[in-house]
Amino acid sequence: MIWETVFQPFAEFGFMRRALLGCLAIAIGATPVGVFLMLRRMSLTGDAMAHAILPGAAVGYLVAGLSLGAMTIGGLVAGMAVALLSGLVTRVTALREDASLAAFYLISLALGVLIVSTRGSNVDLMHVLFGTVLALDDAALILLCSIASLSVLTLALLFRPLVLECADPQFLRSVSSLSAITHFTFLALVVANLVAGFHALGTLMAVGIMILPAAAARFWAESIGGMILTAVAVAMLSSVAGLLLSYHYSLPSGPAIILVAGVAYGLSLVLGPVGGLVAQALPRRSLET
Amino acid sequence: MPLRRHFLASASAIAALSLFATGPARADTPIPVVATFSILGDMVERIGGEHVTVQSLVGPNGDTHVYQPTPAAARAVQGAEILVVNGLEFEGWLDRLAEASGFDGTLVVATTGVEPIAYEDGHDDHHGEEHAGHDDHDDHDAQHTEHDDHDHGAEHAGHDDHDPDHDHDHAEEHAGDDHGDAHAGYDHGEEHAIHDDHGHDEDHADHHGHDHGAFDPHAWQSLDNAVIYVDNITAALAQADPANAATFQENRAAYVAEIEALDAEIHAMMNALPEAQRTIVTSHDAFQYFGRDYDLTFVAPQGLSTESEASAKNVAELIEHMREEGVSAVFLENISDSRLLEQIARETGASIGGTLYPGALSGPDGPAATYLDMMHHNATTLSGALGS
Repeated sequence: MIWETVFQPFAEFGFMRRALLGCLAIAIGATPVGVFLMLRRMSLTGDAMAHAILPGAAVGYLVAGLSLGAMTIGGLVAGMAVALLSGLVTRVTALREDASLAAFYLISLALGVLIVSTRGSNVDLMHVLFGTVLALDDAALILLCSIASLSVLTLALLFRPLVLECADPQFLRSVSSLSAITHFTFLALVVANLVAGFHALGTLMAVGIMILPAAAARFWAESIGGMILTAVAVAMLSSVAGLLLSYHYSLPSGPAIILVAGVAYGLSLVLGPVGGLVAQALPRRSLET
Repeated sequence: MPLRRHFLASASAIAALSLFATGPARADTPIPVVATFSILGDMVERIGGEHVTVQSLVGPNGDTHVYQPTPAAARAVQGAEILVVNGLEFEGWLDRLAEASGFDGTLVVATTGVEPIAYEDGHDDHHGEEHAGHDDHDDHDAQHTEHDDHDHGAEHAGHDDHDPDHDHDHAEEHAGDDHGDAHAGYDHGEEHAIHDDHGHDEDHADHHGHDHGAFDPHAWQSLDNAVIYVDNITAALAQADPANAATFQENRAAYVAEIEALDAEIHAMMNALPEAQRTIVTSHDAFQYFGRDYDLTFVAPQGLSTESEASAKNVAELIEHMREEGVSAVFLENISDSRLLEQIARETGASIGGTLYPGALSGPDGPAATYLDMMHHNATTLSGALGS
């Protein structure tokens, strides 16, 4: 029974195993980045970045067709350009980060739509941009796993300055010259993980797997390490559950995975021991005595 | 008042000119015709020759299902005297475009008179529960003996050899009320009663999403239907330009002769195929008419339209089906995302059999520059891969 429901789909079909491996790679790579995004109150930055890489990927597709390399490079270039320009404007002028980021990603998005339209081809770009996790080939899997590994290593190196930047960015800026490097490396990680995610889940879904598990983990752990571990676990479980739902109930895979993560967030919101609704409503014994 | 005289003269000249343009002196100016996609455009060009100027809204290699009209398209439609569309809800965007552009010419629905293939359920041995529904259905037919003369039974028998991967289309038909007019000859209420007892509803409640009608619109994939297309187009052109009607008829006759010759050629090609190798997997379910004409079975992983995303269940069912049937080749298409199909080919050990052209011509240098080239290319690609 459990074998048939949970394991057999993966045992029998290679495409299910590939989908699972791709999702697990994204969970390990993107979710810790999502935790830092959340802690730095930049959750919506992920969404803006997803829009920013989309036109780059579209241009890559138009130039070189359905080529993993061209779309990856296009997405990385567009995403990094938006991240660097908005960061630069923030540090040099009085405009705040949210406004400059919004401005640049909107410009990037409009430019992408313009290029795609003037090219005159109406080949279903949405299919390409909203990638499907069921169609991961070897090259895409290698890319996903490489970016996940790179992301984890970089986060490990940057862990202390990143935590400091979350807690007290002014302090970090005053004691260390690493502040700017930390900030831009972190944005690069966001872009790289979104580019990896869009090959598997599509750009918008990639933001979902980055942010939703992080938001859920907030209600379960107090330390950053605990939050990252919880978030990765939530993302992995959501991937498995979403794929199985897609398999058994004939649902599109990407949305199924993200919706499971959404349900996990909803449950955490209510039941989570750290600031969840139920925990808040219960009398706090430790303070009473 | 020379100025004023000049003005009057030019005004009357404009009036005369506009009279000239719409009047009987038609023979010299080509009829502006807009076709919705490249295949129709090619047909109009063949029949109209130099007496028409044709513009196809969806160009070569474009996907008509998901086309987004541009202002240039609206302007073309507005200026057109004849608008040739496929019908069968293939061009979902067309009504809005025609209305928004203020089109007031003649609308030619090329599939008028075609016997459409309904998107129906795959009634076959793979789905036990569905058979329960079937029995129900038979009872109902018995009760409604007065309806025996309608073609429902025959239609279902015809679908017994369908594959299981089409079943999600059923919900669509249930959801839409618009299937009544197509089953001419029996009454709407009865039809609903019968359908409700089908027992498929829960089974298919979760299938959703694509934006197509109750019938497979890819009717041009049958050369028999192409003759109907050609006749409809010829009639419209002859009506718009009676002076050249004889030319159009001549062109039509020559074209139809070519179509029939190709049909015979493809029949010979397909008849040579062994019985066991007549199942084909493609990425876009567009070849039902082709399959009907030449007794082939087409299976697609992606549902009916290029708009829907495949679920893991669909893909798994397709792979199981291919393993059972021993399908040896899968085919790519010029307008679909091929990555999914490549994964399926890898999983089943099938080979990629070549590129088929379902609903758009290739560029002028490609293998499917015209409609006849396209049909010929598809047939040789299929028979080459299946015969080997």
